[in-house]
Amino acid sequence: MNRSVDPKKVNSELFTLTYGALVVQLLNDLESVEDVNKHLDRMGYNIGVRLVEDFIARSSADKCYDLRETADKLQAAFRMYLGISPSIANWAPAGDEFSLMIDTNPLTEFVELPDTCSNMRYSAILPGMVRGACEMVHLEVSFSVK
Amino acid sequence: MTVYNLYIYNRAGTLIYYQEWSRKKPMTMSLEEESRLLYGMLFSLKSFSNRISPLDVQEGVQCYTTNKYKMTLFETPTSLKFVCNTDVNAPGVNEMLQKLYTQVYVEYVIRNPECKPAEPITSELFKAKLDETVRMSPAFSSKAA
Repeated sequence: MNRSVDPKKVNSELFTLTYGALVVQLLNDLESVEDVNKHLDRMGYNIGVRLVEDFIARSSADKCYDLRETADKLQAAFRMYLGISPSIANWAPAGDEFSLMIDTNPLTEFVELPDTCSNMRYSAILPGMVRGACEMVHLEVSFSVK
Repeated sequence: MTVYNLYIYNRAGTLIYYQEWSRKKPMTMSLEEESRLLYGMLFSLKSFSNRISPLDVQEGVQCYTTNKYKMTLFETPTSLKFVCNTDVNAPGVNEMLQKLYTQVYVEYVIRNPECKPAEPITSELFKAKLDETVRMSPAFSSKAA
């Protein structure tokens, strides 16, 4: 079987499984679901802070002059790093709020949450990442997953 | 045609990296004082040029030239500043700084979990790569101007 392996790309299943293992380990270490949520958010924040520089370097992005440009850049970033194409919708009338709709979340493939963890925000790392990234470019955001 | 020195500032205005390749005149003040002086000047210059600009949207200050040297500033959207002094005729300094950012800083600082983004850079690998990139750029040649 000949498969050319690109050293920079990782199998998406490996990525999903790694993330799952990480969440399970956090649950075992911290025990409280709220703590895990907070931890994931903080981890996401740290990742976002670094990831944004990589994104700017790769896409030679300039400063965004309004939120719509920011939304486009976020979309491009999701496509670049997670391979998904979220769509942008639900613009608030004031133009200061919007929703990113993700169809298939690569982080949650194969995952089923038991009832004991119904409060857990499994993808909490994503809002953290977006918040970290935006803060580095001087944009304060609040991002939540529904 | 040569590069004299390079400063890198983080978003708080602290100098996180400095390197010089040739400096004929000795430093008149300590590195810390000099870096703060430089940062203050750049900040004021940027703010002044933005306010006095007759046009709307703009990139901001990119460089200034004296009869002896040229100082080029490259700023990323994350407020990271690369400042470089070269001789007056050096070509492509802006491209060199951009290349330094994408190929050296992002690779060796951002991707290094030991290097915290806002703190002074101590990675030897970064120093080596930075040196290599600067030496290979068209702005640098072994004949000092």
